[in-house]
Amino acid sequence: MADPAPSPGFGLYVHWPYCEAICPYCDFNVRRQQTVDPLRWRAAFAADITQAAQSFGPERPPLTSIYFGGGTPALMPPELVAGVIDIARQTFALTDNAEITVEANPTATETDRFQAFRDAGVNRLSLGIQSLRDDALIFLGRRHSGAEATAALTRALAIFPRVTFDMIYARPGQDLADWREELGEALALARDGGHLSLYQLTIESGTPFGKRAQKGEALAADEDLAADLYALTQDMGAAAGLPAYEVSNHARPGEESRHNRVYWRYGPYIGSGPGAHGRLPGPTGRTATEAIRDPGRWLAAVEQHGHGIDSRENLSRRIQAEELLFMGLRLSEGVPAARFHAVTGWTLAEALPEAELMPLIGEGLIDRDSKGLRLTAQGRPLLNAVVAALIDRLPSS
Amino acid sequence: MIDPRRIRNFSIIAHIDHGKSTLADRLIETTGGLQSREMKEQVLDSMDIERERGITIKAQTTRLTYKAKDGETYYLNLMDTPGHVDFAYEVSRSLAACEGSILLVDASQGVEAQTLANVYQAIDANHEIVVALNKIDLPAADPERIRQQIEDVIGIDATDAIPISGKTGMGVPDVLEAIVKKIPPPEGDPKAPLAALLVDSWYDPYLGVVILVRMQDGVLRKGMKIRMMATGATHVIDRVGIFTPKTEPVDELGPGEIGFITAGIKEVAETSVGDTLTDDRNPRAAPLAGFKPSIPVVFCGLFPSEADDFNNLRESLSKLRLNDSSFHFEVESSPALGFGFRCGFLGLLHLEIVQERLEREFDLDLITTAPSVVYHVHLSDGTMQEIHNPADWPDPTKLVKVEEPWIKATLMLPDEYLGAILKLCEERRGVQQNLTYIGNRAVATYRLPLNEVVFDFYDRLKSVSRGYASFDYSLDGYEEGDLVKLSILVNAEPVDALSMIVNKGRAESRGRAICERLKDLIPKQLFKIAIQAAIGGRVVARETLSAMRKDVLAKCYGGDISRKRKLLDKQKKGKKRMRAFGKVEIPQEAFIAALKIGDE
Repeated sequence: MADPAPSPGFGLYVHWPYCEAICPYCDFNVRRQQTVDPLRWRAAFAADITQAAQSFGPERPPLTSIYFGGGTPALMPPELVAGVIDIARQTFALTDNAEITVEANPTATETDRFQAFRDAGVNRLSLGIQSLRDDALIFLGRRHSGAEATAALTRALAIFPRVTFDMIYARPGQDLADWREELGEALALARDGGHLSLYQLTIESGTPFGKRAQKGEALAADEDLAADLYALTQDMGAAAGLPAYEVSNHARPGEESRHNRVYWRYGPYIGSGPGAHGRLPGPTGRTATEAIRDPGRWLAAVEQHGHGIDSRENLSRRIQAEELLFMGLRLSEGVPAARFHAVTGWTLAEALPEAELMPLIGEGLIDRDSKGLRLTAQGRPLLNAVVAALIDRLPSS
Repeated sequence: MIDPRRIRNFSIIAHIDHGKSTLADRLIETTGGLQSREMKEQVLDSMDIERERGITIKAQTTRLTYKAKDGETYYLNLMDTPGHVDFAYEVSRSLAACEGSILLVDASQGVEAQTLANVYQAIDANHEIVVALNKIDLPAADPERIRQQIEDVIGIDATDAIPISGKTGMGVPDVLEAIVKKIPPPEGDPKAPLAALLVDSWYDPYLGVVILVRMQDGVLRKGMKIRMMATGATHVIDRVGIFTPKTEPVDELGPGEIGFITAGIKEVAETSVGDTLTDDRNPRAAPLAGFKPSIPVVFCGLFPSEADDFNNLRESLSKLRLNDSSFHFEVESSPALGFGFRCGFLGLLHLEIVQERLEREFDLDLITTAPSVVYHVHLSDGTMQEIHNPADWPDPTKLVKVEEPWIKATLMLPDEYLGAILKLCEERRGVQQNLTYIGNRAVATYRLPLNEVVFDFYDRLKSVSRGYASFDYSLDGYEEGDLVKLSILVNAEPVDALSMIVNKGRAESRGRAICERLKDLIPKQLFKIAIQAAIGGRVVARETLSAMRKDVLAKCYGGDISRKRKLLDKQKKGKKRMRAFGKVEIPQEAFIAALKIGDE
């Protein structure tokens, strides 16, 4: 049998839907900021998380991570953040080195709260810098300058044990030379934190950018430029000691996001808060949950029924196999054969026989050995198409 | 029985858009065939497609009751004839049923190619021609010039040409008078054995098969047992009637009359246009002249884009054939497209109409393969095969010679487009027969191989002449040709649906055009793909579709899995519309567009 797979861990995702302003590229479940009642929200999170815990039976595993995402979770009252951490600890216990992350933007309101979040138990900060160029920040609808972003980063590094930040590239008009220069600066800034997320700008339908693109504005980079920018990013990240461990995530080895790795390793996670998704143990192995998206309705539902779940789906093993591949192949470590077997009940060799994979292996897109399946550096930018080809070959049930 | 001296049978000859159906409507309205509240524009074109395209596909008829200036009441039978070359045979049957024609010409546009072809058919049928100049109310009308043009081009006397306006009704009474005065009454003997020409037949959901007849001799009555002289089949008549254009029962039809019968016939295929109906108990010795079955000239494969629709397509084709026995179909299977049908048509327009009706009336999504003509393939064993499917093309080593059908085409166009049109005809291996001028309009006669015309000749003609050229053709025999099978290979696998028979000299340019087009149409894949055109084992054109370089979501976290999985599901559904080929997915749109290309 194959080597044991690294444990995926167990995470809690908390969604805070409010933002001071909505960025034109964002298609997450977000709302304009409004005054909230922290006690009411705390009670709701407590009920919702307690309800989710029922899926785990009497032997509840300890949480290896908590992630406050959004929206803008840094707009949460710090005592509410502390309250949710408390609830999590009481319901599940936390491992000693549990990773607790909050997302924040480099605005004054948020940076002023860094210490309070640290005091509440947060030990990792994820900062939405997006660009170091002021004109690009205006284009992206951000409410901070490049200088404010670097100042916020310095402050975060002084307060939190671990810090990461996001950048958005492949912006309209950005060429290889522009990005080489900006990425060089970003990699230098990331040296202390040891983690960096580098996303290509994606135009999502329904967003202001999506609407502009539909009217014919060229906002997305063409395929060749996007591929060249991606390759450059891989090379420069690796050269700076921050290799990609996932499609868009770079870290010094050991500094990977443990929480996000739960998703990619297809571990269990609870999603609490408006619109949050979860993957919980269930009768078929995994049950997918999706919470009510509207914050007011979510609150009311939790108060009335004890949970904010809108839909719950017991996933078939074929779908679990698809999700495992779709998520796991994003990681450079790939999908271990042992995990594939543990999740789906199929061995990797019977679900995806060698002969079926030959065309993909022959083209140098995937690697396959007794330990598992992974994409090559050449295959990673083609992940969707490769996964689609793999999924096509999976047994139907 | 109506006195034949009070009957006039006539048809209207006109180019598309010259106002034939509008004039027909006016004649019906003026003689009171329909109350004005019953008038629907172009009443005779009953199919949606006919009304939308402004063309007539099936021959139809109506009886007008007209009190002439001489005080007598006349029965005028208007035969509305199909206006398109594809239905030339039906045109000739309709004309054979009449003694005269109204030649209707747009008073500003003048004579067009189609007008010429049909008017010569009418002259061949010994018709008396009444000339009417239409759209006289339009500012651009120039009746004197057009009148002269008719005399010069067609060579008939147009001194008495009647200026009319179908739109306002002006001149319509003069047309009615001219029909009575100029067109001779029919002749026939009521006591002779029954002879009725089968002009057309169609399926009516309430009546069954309806047969339109033109009476020659004898009398037709309900209850008679008739015999179809071509097939020998007998039927008992259960209904006799006329169209006004509403159906009206009558007791009997006598010599010279036009009307319909029903006789419990289930399928249109049991009736043959041009056949002679006679009395089973007292049959006529020989049929009326001119019967010949219509022969499909253009073939193509029709495949459902969803394999599940195969049975639907079969049923739909059967239903269409109930009303149109002139197209043929048989099951065909293709590795690329699955199961479908090889279908034969009277011409390209006929093909388009059937395809459009299948898509519109039966809600089917179709893939149509390259149209082909019928080749006479002579093999080394001394036999000759008629081949219209590239898949059936024999091994070249067994070929002695191949003959292909030629046509004689008449083109009429404004002088300024002449250069472009002549170039187009030359490119299509055309041989010029004649070139004359009428004013600033050129009339060119060409002999052309039909296979050069079925591909995209109409489209090219329209685009190089901006729609001002008119075109008509008749088949003109078979000739030996240097023909080869051009195969298209995607990723080294032949795509049979895209293979075609072409002239050897033109194979390379056509192959290159298809490869270039496919390169743009096939989505990039994970692999580099070669797109090749080959004759036998020899590649004559090649394009390379480079591999996809980037296809990945920038972000994918816990909340994204479900959303993105839905996206994957959607992609999978989308793929059902594609036809897997080897490792390459060729979208249906690529087939359709690749088959539509021209050379340029």
